[in-house]
Amino acid sequence: MVYPKTAREHYVGELEAIKRDGLFKEERFIHSQQGAEIEVEYPLGAPVKKVINMCANNYLGLSSHPDVLAAAQEGLATKGYGMSSVRFICGTQDVHHTLERKLSEFLGTEETLLFGSCMDANAAVFEVTLGPEDVIIADRLDHASIIDGIKLSSAQYDSYKHLDMKHLEQKLQQFQDKRIRMVATDGVFSMDGDIAPLDKICELAEKYDALVMVDDSHATGFLGKTGRGTHEHCGVVGRVDVITTTLGKAMGGASGGCISGRKELVDLCFQRARPYLFSNTLAPVITAASIKVVDLISGSTARRDKLEWNAKYFREKMEAAGFDLRPGQHPIVPVMLYNAQLAQDVSRDLYAEGIYAIGFFFPVVPKGQARIRVQLSAAHEKDHIDKAVAAFTKVGAKHGILGLKKDQIIAKFGM
Amino acid sequence: MGDALKDKIREYVTNEYVEEGSGVEIGDETPLISGGIVDSFSMVSLKLFLENQYKIKIPDADASAEAFDSVNRIALVVRKFAPKV
Repeated sequence: MVYPKTAREHYVGELEAIKRDGLFKEERFIHSQQGAEIEVEYPLGAPVKKVINMCANNYLGLSSHPDVLAAAQEGLATKGYGMSSVRFICGTQDVHHTLERKLSEFLGTEETLLFGSCMDANAAVFEVTLGPEDVIIADRLDHASIIDGIKLSSAQYDSYKHLDMKHLEQKLQQFQDKRIRMVATDGVFSMDGDIAPLDKICELAEKYDALVMVDDSHATGFLGKTGRGTHEHCGVVGRVDVITTTLGKAMGGASGGCISGRKELVDLCFQRARPYLFSNTLAPVITAASIKVVDLISGSTARRDKLEWNAKYFREKMEAAGFDLRPGQHPIVPVMLYNAQLAQDVSRDLYAEGIYAIGFFFPVVPKGQARIRVQLSAAHEKDHIDKAVAAFTKVGAKHGILGLKKDQIIAKFGM
Repeated sequence: MGDALKDKIREYVTNEYVEEGSGVEIGDETPLISGGIVDSFSMVSLKLFLENQYKIKIPDADASAEAFDSVNRIALVVRKFAPKV
């Protein structure tokens, strides 16, 4: 076996450095389906334990919903397990076309193209639609998949301070000599739950002749009065040129993503997007179940309404208990701890209390910004939330962080 | 005597990267990239500014995170390609 010593020593050194810095991530092994309560084996070999899950992207509680499972089973029975093909050869079924059409209707766009994931959609969208004469202006906290996608394109790129519309305007003015300008932003920023001011972004884009691209993965299905996403929340349905989003969060949680927007832009992606041309089609079972998901959420706002109530209730209770929360209204609720080791310790102690919530630290968030990122779900009942708050309060008291703000927590634990 | 180049770099970095009201002060040796003030993605703005401002082209090899990690280091890079500045 050829395994160069220098390579091995390099990898061992990197792993040891990660552990030394307290940044080593470990997996937990979930034995049950996804839901408000899950059965977890952690560490490996430990007895399986039932806990309340407070960190899934299962915003609408559809990941294991009986109607979605039934639709998936029907899809398996009628459409098969796999297509063994990319889309354009023999990988497109009627269900792919149906889902794309339904997503266009739901999102208020002209055309939609499915991908294996939103990561793939983001890898495609910039490379296909922009060239060296163009520029992408991205929010500095855009998701890693947007950054990666931007770097894959041959367009020039620049960035603006997070959510800073004055800075965005300066950049749009600066790049008026470019052929095409595209503003790229998350609809909802995944680490903080910040919502992009799409109304102001669209206004600036119209003023300075720019396209607007939004990755709405943490919004599709539940943000806005009828759950269409950030564009509905901000009153700009029809004014966003291209939306990428995932089917792997609120929309069932299996996998899949899409590019959805102006017809010619999406049509060009059908012709040239590398993930579309070179990666396997979305599995029939996922496509069929996703059609059911779109039908469920188009027919009723009950789930997104419950999610909104759950998020508000949890925030109120946690603030009353004395936690430092990043303000917001989204179901992503960052419980700020700042110190990576503290975040890991709190996560471990919460687990002992029957609450599953993971600590986030560098490189997932910037150094000194460690947190427990709680995510509420429509699957949570009030009782789940009350138990979670009680556990957080007990653990928070143990670590002496209740009632402390950022400077005080950092003074006590360091960054 | 002040260094006009370093002042210009400092002014740009402050306006471009420092959040208003954060209290962050940019000194000649303040670690910009390794200190988390500028990340590798947004560093491209700085490169573009220097190239436009001083009419130079900075090769990618000279525009590394290490080379751009402080006002002093950035000034060295600029003077490598525009010695009269």
